[in-house]
Amino acid sequence: MDMDTADMTDTVNLREELESVGIEEILTQLDRELIGLAPVKTRIREIASLLLIERIRKRLNLTSEVPTLHMSFTGNPGTGKTTVALRIASILHRLGFVRRGQVVSVTRDELVGQYIGHTAPKTKEVLKKAMGGVLFIDEAYYLHRPDNERDYGQEAIEILLQVMETQREDLVVILAGYGDRMDKFFASNPGFRSRIAHHIDFPDYSEPELLAIAELMLGDMNYKLSADAREAFIRYIVLRKTQPLFSNARSIRNALDRMRLRQANRLVADLDRVLTADDIMSLEASDVLASRVFLRDKPMVRSE
Amino acid sequence: MRITQGCFSFLPDLTDEQISRQVQYCLENGWAVNIEFTDDPHPRNNLWEMWGLPMFDLRDAAGVMMELNQCRKVYGNSYIRLSAFDSSHGWESVRLSFIVNRPKEEPGFRLERHEVAGRNIRYTTKSYAADRPEGRRYG
Repeated sequence: MDMDTADMTDTVNLREELESVGIEEILTQLDRELIGLAPVKTRIREIASLLLIERIRKRLNLTSEVPTLHMSFTGNPGTGKTTVALRIASILHRLGFVRRGQVVSVTRDELVGQYIGHTAPKTKEVLKKAMGGVLFIDEAYYLHRPDNERDYGQEAIEILLQVMETQREDLVVILAGYGDRMDKFFASNPGFRSRIAHHIDFPDYSEPELLAIAELMLGDMNYKLSADAREAFIRYIVLRKTQPLFSNARSIRNALDRMRLRQANRLVADLDRVLTADDIMSLEASDVLASRVFLRDKPMVRSE
Repeated sequence: MRITQGCFSFLPDLTDEQISRQVQYCLENGWAVNIEFTDDPHPRNNLWEMWGLPMFDLRDAAGVMMELNQCRKVYGNSYIRLSAFDSSHGWESVRLSFIVNRPKEEPGFRLERHEVAGRNIRYTTKSYAADRPEGRRYG
């Protein structure tokens, strides 16, 4: 390739470049609003840097292929896969790698039809809606049903693969799901694995992280934990984590909703009391301790 | 004879990029774009065959272009047009319609003079292509 000498002497101010697209803003927002997830954040920063450099290279006519941006997010329930997908879409949009930046979130139902000839138009319709943005396929492993070889999921997979390959500049596909099942899914669909450039694993949250998440959520809802309640909630998290069906931040959110319910119930029980704004805002230890999680804490007494 | 129906038909054929920009304009106005095709070019034939359903809720022209290219693969030697429908009045009304694909050869029309009573003449336009059966009109 004959290169313009002028290009070689062109200078690039990375800081200006970064500020002009405003992704730094999204990345700091990501840091602020998403607690923990260090490996995910590093990976997103890496991708963002790559795309930024890619953008500059394009301007300097250092041609290279459009990078493959399809991703897979694996992790346990409630680890923030959907939230991150939304952020990724806006990062990609700011950097100009997707034109519109919308996120179309679908599951098997929206892609796979119920009878012969129903799947292709359905999948294509979803793909058309996602063009120019991000297609987020939640629980992608349901597309493949190994026990039924006449399942229409395979047809959807084939259409997806074809579009992922031929229209890379038109849309970015993000597959999400629980780790072990996604591994099985990729093992039986090697085409997917090789077309996806970024496999990002979402770790479970640690206990302090879960507490920080709870406080962040409460802050957004204009609630706060009293000192006692905070202590109780720390114990709650430890106990809840050992129980089955624990789904990280989602369980925390549900726990908070139930605590709000109990708090409201407690306040309403005493109608004569004059409440201050502080009373209405704060959750007390009793609101936390009423949870069934603490029942196991006591010696096992088989009552009722 | 070059058929001139709909928008832009007196201009040279639009390139794919130009088509895509027009589609994007439609989508940004919230219009649904529909692909239709026919091999009967008579100007009064306004019911063309639909290529799938009108495409609602699209954000980017790439989706329409994908369908258009598929339609071209099958009906590449027919007329294909895009129509954009605006539903903001509560019913779908066509806002923009233009031909995006035409057969390699367009044989045109002949004028038939039908002599009727009293030396009157009635005129009919007939497309040469339509003399052949459907599906075989453009080779």
